[in-house]
Amino acid sequence: MKKTFAIGIGGAAGQGVATPGDIFAKIFSRRGLHLNAYNAYQSIIRGGHTFLTIRTGPEKVTNMGDRVDMLIPLNQDSMDRHLGLLTAGAACVYNADTIKPGSVAEGVQLCPLPVSKLADITRNKVAQNTLAVGAVLSMAGVGFQALEEVLSEQFKKKGDAVVAENVGIGKAGYEYATANFQPFAWPLPITENRYAVMSGNIAMAMGGAAAGVKFYCAYPMSPSTGVLHWMAAHARKAGIMVRQVEDEIGVVNMAIGAAHAGVRSMCATSGGGFALMSEGLGLSAMMETPVVVIDCQRAGPSTGVPTKTEQGDLWQMLGAAFGDYPRVIACPLDIADSFKIIAEVFNVADRFQCPGIVLSDLLLSEGRLSVDPQELNFEPIIDRGELITAPESNGNGGYKRYKITMSGVSPRAIPGVPGHTHTAASDEHDEDGVLISDEFTNPTKRRAMMEKRMRKVAGIAASVPPPELWGPKDADVTLIGWGSTKGVIEEACELLGDEGITANQLQIRWLVPLHGDEILDILKDAKHTIIVENNYSGQFARYLRSETSFVPDGYIRKYDGEPFMPHHIVNAVREQLSGTSHMSVPEHEILV
Amino acid sequence: MATAIANQWHVTMADLKGKVDPDWCPGCGDFGVLAAVEKALVELQIANHNVVTISGIGCSSNFPGFINTYGMHTLHGRALAVATGVKLANHDLTVMVTGGDGDGFGIGGNHFMHTMRRNVDLLYIVMDNQIYGLTTGQTSPTSRVGMKTKSMPFGNIESPVNPISMALAAGATFVARGFSGEQKHLTELIKQGIQHKGFSFLDVFSPCVTYNHDNTYQWFRPRVKKLEDDATYDSTEWMAAMEKSLLWGDEIPIGKFFERTDLPALHAAEPVLSDQALVHAEMRVSPPAARSFIEELM
Repeated sequence: MKKTFAIGIGGAAGQGVATPGDIFAKIFSRRGLHLNAYNAYQSIIRGGHTFLTIRTGPEKVTNMGDRVDMLIPLNQDSMDRHLGLLTAGAACVYNADTIKPGSVAEGVQLCPLPVSKLADITRNKVAQNTLAVGAVLSMAGVGFQALEEVLSEQFKKKGDAVVAENVGIGKAGYEYATANFQPFAWPLPITENRYAVMSGNIAMAMGGAAAGVKFYCAYPMSPSTGVLHWMAAHARKAGIMVRQVEDEIGVVNMAIGAAHAGVRSMCATSGGGFALMSEGLGLSAMMETPVVVIDCQRAGPSTGVPTKTEQGDLWQMLGAAFGDYPRVIACPLDIADSFKIIAEVFNVADRFQCPGIVLSDLLLSEGRLSVDPQELNFEPIIDRGELITAPESNGNGGYKRYKITMSGVSPRAIPGVPGHTHTAASDEHDEDGVLISDEFTNPTKRRAMMEKRMRKVAGIAASVPPPELWGPKDADVTLIGWGSTKGVIEEACELLGDEGITANQLQIRWLVPLHGDEILDILKDAKHTIIVENNYSGQFARYLRSETSFVPDGYIRKYDGEPFMPHHIVNAVREQLSGTSHMSVPEHEILV
Repeated sequence: MATAIANQWHVTMADLKGKVDPDWCPGCGDFGVLAAVEKALVELQIANHNVVTISGIGCSSNFPGFINTYGMHTLHGRALAVATGVKLANHDLTVMVTGGDGDGFGIGGNHFMHTMRRNVDLLYIVMDNQIYGLTTGQTSPTSRVGMKTKSMPFGNIESPVNPISMALAAGATFVARGFSGEQKHLTELIKQGIQHKGFSFLDVFSPCVTYNHDNTYQWFRPRVKKLEDDATYDSTEWMAAMEKSLLWGDEIPIGKFFERTDLPALHAAEPVLSDQALVHAEMRVSPPAARSFIEELM
């Protein structure tokens, strides 16, 4: 089992849960440690309950894990909700002036901080937070200097006095803990590595910049808004035109307009906004103007649970817009992959002149991960396909925008190029772009155009790799997942291995094209297959079955708004292998 | 709206002839709008490959197919959103949006309002026939009270929108109204609209000879009065324009209601576009910028 250390910070929105989280993240990553952070929060600006989990360790940390080693409740409510999670070896640091602990399991250390004695709480409203950070770092064996550095950076703008005050409070907490609390048995190690800490939204936005996106527009919608925020803040440096638009219908159409004029164009939303974009996806397909849309899934239907995660939009993506048309749907497997995948989807969309969809979810979009800067390649391959941006010597006269070709791809001239004027229409049209939808309807031409566009499907399938099986080939169980569940399934496989159950993993990254034959080939020798997904109806299981007739031996599903934890999967696999069930819906024990 | 392209092409009416002839009903007001647009482009000598004509859906939205420029025949109501994207991606292009009253004021009403307040540099021509034609005659947002249609057979009981007042209120920087039966006047308004640096709104009475038997050429002719004929009218006065926009009945003003030139168009207000059109910009992020993006996260 991996060595990790996890901190849980609970409080009301507005109490400053994020700041200690950011401080820990910075200190851990600068120590050369990996980390994964997940914030369980609510759609409320002040109040409610927020629970941030930061898990760190010297090896890759791919998910929130099963265990809280250190609990920091910032109010009584958080103490009451989470103290019961702690098991032997864990500790809880809290403000002894305002919070009362309950009973704890054996071996759990309670660490009351006499906050009003250690800091002037009339001057500093978040003194308890800073004291707790200092205390935790002391107990985790991190030198005080790391905290001093981060606090100095954080308060630099407010002047030396504020820096000194906060460093003083941090130090008071640190020293009090050194004198009064038991340090953890495992002091946090140091490595030579350095990581960037980023959310999936930042990764996708930066991935867009790296892919050559020049136009980005959006309407704010959780959990996709982080993409807009990064784009807006970095637009000028990156040379990207960023617009906030009146609604998602406007967003997708504006993005298509910009794409049509020749730039790489992207937008992001969540399920509700995507529903409004649906007709626009069809426009992109029919005009053969590539556009990339990111959908950050949240728990639906309708407004649903805006701050909770789900993998519930798959069928919306598969069925978006009426009629048949080629499309690409890819789901990043982790936060680093959220960066990489954007350029890949753009290349396919550009080459095949069709809409590309990136299917993220709240867990990836708003979760944070340590990423090796080497993985953030700002010079990825850019393939714009057959794009005409300047007149060709023989361009005059014969240009047909929708020329019927073997590949189904017709060279695309952008407005401004002499000798290539044409109309791109949402109506069915002939090779010349002339409408065949009203006066000139013609079944032969309609069939030819449908077949031309749909021929691109084969090219798309050949342009991306099929999935691969990870882990021992003859494993006792094969876990099948898609997108964001990669990390947690991976860890579940390791934990199962520790118990003597060998497990391997098939994680799907390209949903369309699916590579059904290759998947069947991989699964034909599997001893016991289980599909793991974060939704009620088994959207991927149903899709896989519809495409391949494949039916797995069992299912693990979760639709309570919270992500899987490794033990959820481990317990379910154990239960299913014993034959007591083929459908598991693990309960989320953390009350958030 | 304006164009920055110097061109060596000599543009003739023949150059602008579309691949197919219009399939509008004989006598449709839209023929007059198409002819006026072609004349305006010839008079301004704008090369057709530097023009993008963008429409939504409806009879008048078939317009891009009937003129030889770059064309986009998009979704019902969405032409202005698409056009905004086109203009921001390549502001060297002359962008015209052509459509009808249902497309623009009904299903596209939200984009109408926001494109105006953004002052996107384009000319928006609405061929306003106060009826849904392609769906065979239903009430539109500009149908007058009492008008009988297939969807309101006992007469419309809803007040119509006033496109001119709406445009003024939403902050359009060029607001005009034309009449398909007044070719020369209409051509002049189109030229001014193309040359205006910002959002130009041109509502054109374009009678539907098949489904609207109330607002016909004969009905409009004696009523339309050119603002240009009134020497005392000052089109830089917003309040005066608003007042004129409310006139309907025996006297219906046409012409330029309002123009202001002191506001930058959207693309001109955006520093990212100050050096060159987006489509000509380097795709890659500069290495120092890329490094700084990563550094921020460490």
